[in-house]
Amino acid sequence: MANALITVPKTAKRGEVIEIKTLVSHTMETGYRRTELGVPIPRDIARLFTCTYNGVEVFSAELHPAISANPYISFFTVATESGTIAFHWRGDNGFAVSSSATITVT
Amino acid sequence: MKRPRNRRAFLASAAGLAAAASLPAGVHAQATVNMLRGTEKDMLAAIARVTGSKPVQKGRVKLEVPPLVDNGNAVAISVAVDSPMTEPNHVKEIHIFSERNPEPVILSMKLGPRAGRAAAATRVRLADTQTLVAIAAMSDGTFWSGSAQTVVTIAACLEDL
Repeated sequence: MANALITVPKTAKRGEVIEIKTLVSHTMETGYRRTELGVPIPRDIARLFTCTYNGVEVFSAELHPAISANPYISFFTVATESGTIAFHWRGDNGFAVSSSATITVT
Repeated sequence: MKRPRNRRAFLASAAGLAAAASLPAGVHAQATVNMLRGTEKDMLAAIARVTGSKPVQKGRVKLEVPPLVDNGNAVAISVAVDSPMTEPNHVKEIHIFSERNPEPVILSMKLGPRAGRAAAATRVRLADTQTLVAIAAMSDGTFWSGSAQTVVTIAACLEDL
């Protein structure tokens, strides 16, 4: 259904601060717009983004209508160990997207 | 976002305009715009909900917003908080607020010592020329804020009214 784009370094030194960039495909319909005939377009947004590092949550964000279409969020985390960094988005109308990346920590 | 234009849609919207014109001049348009614009009071109330009305100190938070925005539908902003991000002393939450958007809260982020660096970036919609405020909640219970002003030439939210 929807796609997510993730940028995570493939390798990192232990303790290094790495930047993670995420983008998910979503219209983020604000609920404030109307059609040409004046009918309000119902709100349909992604509400929650979470990032887990080997199962432990390291970052989360609550999204509001002011976030642009195709929400982009970048943030940082410490490369603690090799493993999987997983990303989850949840939203209106059952919107749910998951993605993950693997990282090798030396 | 371009809206599709065809003859039928044009006639329908023209009929709508004619109906609106029969209202006292300006009243209708003014009411519509006010409904979609927040005020500083709305923003301060939203900030108080986050901080529990505790004092907020200025500083340590750097919010970067382009000073001049052509298109309010996608404005790249970034926030960085001066913090060592250690277990005893780190940033717990960062909230970003808008003064003039229909809703004062833009984004609420939760982070912790594992972030390593208390910084993030995103893209937002801005409904008007305004001031944005970022509030950081620290692990010691204090709140710090930073703000940025921006001039928006094409606003988000209103294009299809």
